Amino acid sequence: MSLIRDKDYGTPASPSEKNVTLEIDGFKVTVPEGTSVMRAASSIGIEIPKLCATDSIDPFGSCRLCVCQVEGGRGYPASCTTPVSQGMKVQTENAKLNQIRKGIMELYISDHPLDCLTCPSNGNCELQDMAGTVGLREVRYGYEGKNHLKSEKDTSNPYFTFDPSKCIVCSRCVRACEETQGTFALTIDGRGFDSKISPGQNEAFMDSECVSCGACVQACPTATLMEKSVYQKGQPDHSIITTCAYCGVGCSFKAEMKGAEVVRMVPDKNGQANHGHSCVKGRFAFGYATHPDRLTTPMIRKSIHDPWQKVSWEDAINYAASEFKRIQEKYGRYSVGGLTSSRCTNEEAYLVQKLVRAAFGNNNVDTCARVCHSPTGYGLKQTLGESAGTQTFDSVMQSDVILVIGANPTDGHPVFGSLMKKRLREGAKLIVADPREIDLVKSAHVKAEYHLKLRPGTNVALVNALAHVIVTEGLVKEDFVNERCDIDSFNKWRDFVAQERNSPEASEIHTGVAAQKVREAARLYASAGNGAIYYGLGVTEHSQGSTTVIGIANLAMATGNVGREGVGVNPLRGQNNVQGSCDMGSFPHELPGYRHVADVTTRSLFESVWGVKLEAEPGLRIPNMFAAAIDGSFKGLYCEGEDIAQSDPNTQHVQEALESMECVVVQDLFLNETAKFAHVFLPGASFLEKTGTFTNAERRISPVRRVMPPKAGYEDWEVTQMLSNALGYAMDYSSAKEILDEIASLMPTFKGVSFKKLDEQGSVQWPCNDEAPDGTPTMHIGQFVRGKGRFMPTEYVPTSERTTGKYPLILTTGRILSQYNVGAQTRRTDNVAWHSEDRLEIHPHDAEDRGIVTGDKVAIRSRAGVTVLHTLVTERVQPGVVYTTFHFPESGANVITTDNSDWATNCPEYKVTAVQVEKVAGFSQWQNEFQAFTEEQLSMLEKATAAG
Amino acid sequence: MSITVYVPGDSSALSLGAEKTAVAIASEAAQRGVEIDLVRNGSRGLFWLEPLVEVATPAGRIAFGPVQASDVPGLFDADFLNGGSHALSLGLTEEIEYLKKQERLTNARVGIIDPVSLEDYLAHEGYRGLQNALQLAPADIVKQVTDSGLRGRGGAAFPTGIKWNTVLNAQGGQKYIVCNADEGDSGTFSDRMIMEDDPFVLVEGMTIAGLAVGATQGYIYLRVEYPHAHKNLNAAIAAAEKAGYLGADICGSGKAFNLEVRLGAGAYVCGEETSLLESLEGKRGLVRYKPPLPAIKGLFGQPTVINNVISLASVPIILDKGGEYYRDFGVGRSRGTLPIQLAGNIKHPGLVEKAFGITLRELLYDYGGGSATGLPIKAVQVGGPLGAFVPESQFDTPLDYEAFAANWAVLGHGGVVVFDDTVDMAKMARYAMEFCAIESCGKCTPCRIGSTRGVEVLDKIIANEDRANNIALLRDLSDVMLNSSLCALGGMTPFPVLSALNHFPEDFGAE
Repeated sequence: MSLIRDKDYGTPASPSEKNVTLEIDGFKVTVPEGTSVMRAASSIGIEIPKLCATDSIDPFGSCRLCVCQVEGGRGYPASCTTPVSQGMKVQTENAKLNQIRKGIMELYISDHPLDCLTCPSNGNCELQDMAGTVGLREVRYGYEGKNHLKSEKDTSNPYFTFDPSKCIVCSRCVRACEETQGTFALTIDGRGFDSKISPGQNEAFMDSECVSCGACVQACPTATLMEKSVYQKGQPDHSIITTCAYCGVGCSFKAEMKGAEVVRMVPDKNGQANHGHSCVKGRFAFGYATHPDRLTTPMIRKSIHDPWQKVSWEDAINYAASEFKRIQEKYGRYSVGGLTSSRCTNEEAYLVQKLVRAAFGNNNVDTCARVCHSPTGYGLKQTLGESAGTQTFDSVMQSDVILVIGANPTDGHPVFGSLMKKRLREGAKLIVADPREIDLVKSAHVKAEYHLKLRPGTNVALVNALAHVIVTEGLVKEDFVNERCDIDSFNKWRDFVAQERNSPEASEIHTGVAAQKVREAARLYASAGNGAIYYGLGVTEHSQGSTTVIGIANLAMATGNVGREGVGVNPLRGQNNVQGSCDMGSFPHELPGYRHVADVTTRSLFESVWGVKLEAEPGLRIPNMFAAAIDGSFKGLYCEGEDIAQSDPNTQHVQEALESMECVVVQDLFLNETAKFAHVFLPGASFLEKTGTFTNAERRISPVRRVMPPKAGYEDWEVTQMLSNALGYAMDYSSAKEILDEIASLMPTFKGVSFKKLDEQGSVQWPCNDEAPDGTPTMHIGQFVRGKGRFMPTEYVPTSERTTGKYPLILTTGRILSQYNVGAQTRRTDNVAWHSEDRLEIHPHDAEDRGIVTGDKVAIRSRAGVTVLHTLVTERVQPGVVYTTFHFPESGANVITTDNSDWATNCPEYKVTAVQVEKVAGFSQWQNEFQAFTEEQLSMLEKATAAG
Repeated sequence: MSITVYVPGDSSALSLGAEKTAVAIASEAAQRGVEIDLVRNGSRGLFWLEPLVEVATPAGRIAFGPVQASDVPGLFDADFLNGGSHALSLGLTEEIEYLKKQERLTNARVGIIDPVSLEDYLAHEGYRGLQNALQLAPADIVKQVTDSGLRGRGGAAFPTGIKWNTVLNAQGGQKYIVCNADEGDSGTFSDRMIMEDDPFVLVEGMTIAGLAVGATQGYIYLRVEYPHAHKNLNAAIAAAEKAGYLGADICGSGKAFNLEVRLGAGAYVCGEETSLLESLEGKRGLVRYKPPLPAIKGLFGQPTVINNVISLASVPIILDKGGEYYRDFGVGRSRGTLPIQLAGNIKHPGLVEKAFGITLRELLYDYGGGSATGLPIKAVQVGGPLGAFVPESQFDTPLDYEAFAANWAVLGHGGVVVFDDTVDMAKMARYAMEFCAIESCGKCTPCRIGSTRGVEVLDKIIANEDRANNIALLRDLSDVMLNSSLCALGGMTPFPVLSALNHFPEDFGAE
């Protein structure tokens, strides 16, 4: 193991397909037209000195160190900004060039502290390297001249420091903030010698628009922008490439280590999902893995009101197994089940569902995708034939029009959000359909052409209205539809959407979006060369979530926007492995690879490999499990890496269900909300402590590599295996690799996937098999997976969750950049500096009506319950709509969400809850009870600690 | 019949009291019941004679100057309105030697017409170039400009026709014409005079440029310190629009060209074409690297002609009289005329438009009349703050880009600043470095840090601190700046510094 130092070619690769041959220092080199001399030289191992150039951003030509000489040309051009040309002859080194470079370095060092030995960059500093490379031996200017050595250090950001005294004003940070991240938080203030990096208008980093993505830190060639962890721990000595465990972008990271300690997480330049970019979560918020709250000893207890008992792994596993067996004996085979998690690896998810099916002997397995993207699986399978997004992330760089529906990429999928913004800055047009004014609607150098600010719950009406315009204004791509789609289904759909009641004019009453705007947006999308749709939970988490997904697929097919780069239907998956956990057969009705349990061929395939008889009837979905628990027929649950007590709707109902069970086994890093209702706690391993794979939103399977030993001794799959063995169903995997091999042998779309392939390729997008040995970046090329694309009518049925005099506002929920999902991880990091509590966003009109100002405590009351939050009065939300995030358990966001769910998949209707908001003095009864319960449970934990 | 009296409204005349003079003439005439037609013309460019009042007589325009308000009653007493003799009388304006010997092509109307009168402009051969251009194919317009031998008058002397041809052939949706009117060089004012005193010629030149390359939008990037030029340009643009010389349908041709003035924010470096474009786009005035050339990727990333005021203002006469006509003036590869601006310590400062080939000595003595102090001229700085100091030994060099280059000097924008023998050239070298330090955009290292260190090193030299080593260091620094700066600001600062050091070593402590 060694520290991976990425080669920096200095300037980005040229996309040209035309090649040019030139001679550099006497060596012939052939590179694509448009390549810089610097990159061409680097490609044959000639590294021209440089400081302002780095290959993640466009050349800038400011440091002037990279001067070269071109035969027949004048002067000493900068090699970073000089494009190659055919027959060019370049000299990169001679006495004159060296003299110039030395002169430049002499200038740099005349305004730089000489504290190399105690500098955090010592050993990894480009300035230091360049001084060495050019052979700088003296600084004749002395050090008494004008300088920046006394500049004040900005330590406001929790993760990195900004030390202007070490700054060489190369602008790499400014350019990274602009080009890579697209936030434009940094600029240069002043000019000439007084030029300095300025966050915002000379603010501290934390007070500026900075989103702490780390792109500037990554780009800095000196210690000016430096991780605090490196200040504390020193330079790392080895690194391991792994995959981020936060959102569905699935960024590749280098864990830079010292021993078993992570010094920093550095985005992997070669990462195919992120290309060296990151966000504040993946880049910096990994401290939870070593947080003191981590539980590393198995625990058991009889009742949830008993103190925990620390026990050995063997005892814990045996106890859990005996309980499950006891329950099954007493209440029957179907009285227990398991939950996989989208945060776990494919191998873990696969193993848990296998345990449920083979060891429990039923199909009572479900996953948290139930509550996020189950409608995607259903809708896309029905229409296109595959339960997955159609594109790569990079595809967006070919899009001409981007339609974002119910997604907030800059918060939820920030690294992809940055890529999308890059494309938008290049001129692609943007349509946003969202009740709320998300950042994409208007931010630095990005502005949506149309913001269709619809009322929550009316997605289907809007999608139908868009379709109506396409169909009635002759915008259908007839050739595509005739050739690629099922014509009968198209005709039926066309006749349906063409009806007047689906027109923008007729829909306006539901959606609240001006008909003209809908018409123009539809024309824009349909007339784009490449139109791409990106959507998120704002589409799926509705009573008609599946209908909207189908409607989106209809739009894409009708306009011919499927089956090539730049187009497609792109679900933005919430968690790191939503796609994977679904692929792995985590649903009660599907075996791995989305094959129905009722299908005899599939079942016998699995039966032969697993050596066990499989149940042909689908098992219970999560909400069914809750209902059955309350009914008394479901008594035991194995829950791995999911926190249903916080994340699932109607918290009181979930709590009641959990309290009704006799054995709840929670496998997690922390004593999460669900664990407070558990009888067995099995310590989990963080992503840094295990091996496996995650599959991101673009079907990209990326390796998760263990960088440190599991704190509790076992990787999660090993725990599942122990439990299965104890239950009497033998598993004997010696590594995650063996599990992946089994998955590959059973899933046609995974046939070619192996750790060996991932080591070679970095990652691979499924389907990966004999037909597509290198994977499939774009799906449905030439033909849909299901053969002919299938249109389906999408009748708009208003949700039963209506506003009334008593509940006049609609609450919708979402998330924020710095926090992740239920917050179990990010709340245990310094990310709380950005978001320390969930607040209720309310429009000034609604606030005024209720005498509410920002910061007031308000009760949010729905038909399901009541909770209290502080307010933020903002025009981001429309009148009649309030909004909050759900990152803190004490917020009780799901105390107020209801039992309503998607008609097809039971995905909860999180996005629409009728509420009333009123100013109050104290917290809600639920919150008070929650606090008391939390205190009780923490004392149970403390007692265990004392006893242990 | 009323008599026409001309009192310049040009800012050089105004700064010498022309406004008061004009008021005095008007009120004196009213008091005396004399009917006059007071025209605020531009300046003839004879600054030591400003305010230069002219009276139209049957024999021609008769000049009086410099006329202060206090001189006015006396002039009336002397019946100056009918050419009566007076101590301030200069005779027929056209016969004033300084003016008579000039070859005014670009400045043909400057000082003669009412700058904002389209009628006056048309009466003085205005818009004839445009009328011709409208009859030509774009490539033929470009050919005329190429044939004329016109080179960029902003200082870089790049052949204008070649630049236009590149833009003509460039692929791009919207093309632009940008006029660099950020005239920031010390001792220069020819751009200002065109814009104040004959703004239509610039408007016409830009319109022709638009027709030539297929650009429908033009911008004049004007330095904020030129409020009079701003006012007159806007007036000219409005008049041209109204009369159909600008807009969607130029003179009924169906061709469009629109023009807008944008103000700079006081940065010298924004006169550098690429930082000008950045500034015009609303960004910080940072220099861009080249290639890509602005002709390929200029304003908002589109093909852009960016030319200096004088270059563009020379186009109408080229299109009027033909490339050959213009080309017949000048020497070698320097064709046509150059508006030279005499300033500094000179007896007769002003504008001298002459064909290339005239020597510095002729300019300094025949036109300039020697130094204002009467002391010997020690050096002149030609081409603004980045131009070399030229010693007396080189005064016989003809004004010609190549001849100057051979002396390691530049013509630049044609500004000539004169110093007598009391000047300390070490301090001038320090001043040049300091100018660079103050005006550096801060992008490239040699200029950003180098200019500040240059000042410090020169301070040490002046203070006689380790002089030999510091002079060696100054030379090394100059070499780095010269060879590796991103733009001419850092790249040419060594011109004044090293020319001072090389030509006047005694000022740097040499024995």
